[in-house]
Amino acid sequence: MKELDPLVFLAVLHEMMGALLWLLAGLAVLSLATFAAVLLRERSVSSARLIRSEVVGVLGGFGALVLMAYVTVSGFTDAGGPIDWLLIAVIWGLGAAGTAIAAYAAQGLAVWLRQIRRPAGLAARRERTA
Amino acid sequence: MGEAHGLKRRDLFKLGLAAAAAGTLPGGAAASVPKVATKARIVIAGAGAAGLAAASRLAARLDGARITVLDKRKQHFYQPGFTLIAAGLKPREYTVSANADYLPRGVDWVQEAVAEFDPEGKKVVTESGEAIPYDYLIVATGLSLDYGAIAGMSRELIGKDGICSAYAGPDAAMGTWHCISRFADEGGVGVFTRPNTEMKCAGAPLKHTFITEDHLRRRGNRSKAEILYAANNKALFSVPIVSEKVRMLFEDRGIRTAYEHVLTAIDPGRKLATFTTPGGPVEIKYDLINVIPPMRAPQAVRNSPLPWTAGPFTADGWVEVDPATLRHRRYPDVFAVGDVAGVPKGKTAASIKWQVPVAVDHIAAAIAGTTSSSAYDGYTSCPLITRLGRAMLVEFDYRNNLTPSFPHVVAPLEELWVTWVMKTIALKPTYLAMLRGLA
Repeated sequence: MKELDPLVFLAVLHEMMGALLWLLAGLAVLSLATFAAVLLRERSVSSARLIRSEVVGVLGGFGALVLMAYVTVSGFTDAGGPIDWLLIAVIWGLGAAGTAIAAYAAQGLAVWLRQIRRPAGLAARRERTA
Repeated sequence: MGEAHGLKRRDLFKLGLAAAAAGTLPGGAAASVPKVATKARIVIAGAGAAGLAAASRLAARLDGARITVLDKRKQHFYQPGFTLIAAGLKPREYTVSANADYLPRGVDWVQEAVAEFDPEGKKVVTESGEAIPYDYLIVATGLSLDYGAIAGMSRELIGKDGICSAYAGPDAAMGTWHCISRFADEGGVGVFTRPNTEMKCAGAPLKHTFITEDHLRRRGNRSKAEILYAANNKALFSVPIVSEKVRMLFEDRGIRTAYEHVLTAIDPGRKLATFTTPGGPVEIKYDLINVIPPMRAPQAVRNSPLPWTAGPFTADGWVEVDPATLRHRRYPDVFAVGDVAGVPKGKTAASIKWQVPVAVDHIAAAIAGTTSSSAYDGYTSCPLITRLGRAMLVEFDYRNNLTPSFPHVVAPLEELWVTWVMKTIALKPTYLAMLRGLA
């Protein structure tokens, strides 16, 4: 089963995207790490921020589909069977989840950075963002 | 042909699910094979897909071997991309790179073609007369496109006066696109042919037919055109179940078929094609003709003792190898992989992906003084484009069995977008990884 080696898949993905693969992987790790750091720091989920992130996520899902259509020189009228619709759903879902997490992390980070600059307002801000 | 084989051959097209699945798959076997120390001289004739993949795998597998690749061409063509150029979807550059980019370190490249194979003397002779001795030889020369066998036809005509032929290279593929695009605007009679020889990517003539029909439809000109597919024998594809599916799709798209029609001559001035048929010669007027030339082993191979001396592969000089091991049946230190191998199926990049590791394993075993049980079951695959945006993932073996990579998920005889996605974004990276010995 040597051909099922994950390294083969990594090699193929690297041929596909080159340096972009590492950039995307870096962005994903950075988003997740920031998301986790924001959650740990605040110890709660900001519902207003979550809603905004979900709206961005919906758009991100469609963005992923448009990108996929562009790189495959095709459109979604080409879906021909259940597996195609599943693939479309997976692409949309990955795009939506990725951008929502990134958006939540970015908003949390922005608040965090503002508080670092103005530590006096920390308590008031925490209240507002919660 | 048990489950073990099934799993093994199902890899090439798993890429769509690769990223998600990678974490769950077993691995590490490739990296754990110990290198074989040797001073063996290995000559690889040809730096196409098969030759480069073999060079990469041998360089990774052997320690100290002297590996020499012979090929006079510097450019490397990603040939599966020619169809996408001819469909108007990719630029010429999509298929062009340099052989030097894929040659592994430590492998010598002699920039000459082989003029003579001497398996008795265990040497090859280059066009400049240099003799290169070997302990093991891999014949990976590819094949010759014999345009001259069609009276009135030559490569220079491709792209002019409605003459298409994407096989001859990236420029020919682009010329083919210009012809198809003009035809899709103007309509007329489009005739799509297929040679009466073994050929590389036997699905391509069908793809060109489907793609042209779709372009006509998209431009609102379908009613202005008549499309005829001229099959060389009584089938549309060598695998019966696929042939029947294509027949149904042709009927659905209003594509007429003529069986046992083999193109023998064209008259570009009068736009007239002559076919031999069981009932005698037949002339057909065309506005667009897709000429797929007869394909044969290169002259140097045909002139050598390497080809089959009996059976269906004799006439065109394909190398006499065992279909399972790719080892020459008379010269055990000679192997043939890729298009030049005289095996029943598979002159495709997907075949090469599975042939090369088998041949390399047998060479490594012979050097180490052991034996190898590696066997190639004829697996090949054809993402058969049936319209722009959809394709059927047709995979099969020597016995005409369908061998789907994703049974119950990606149906082999369904026109699917997921297959198109694989063809457009996953196949070229897989091919390039294969050249580097990584896939």
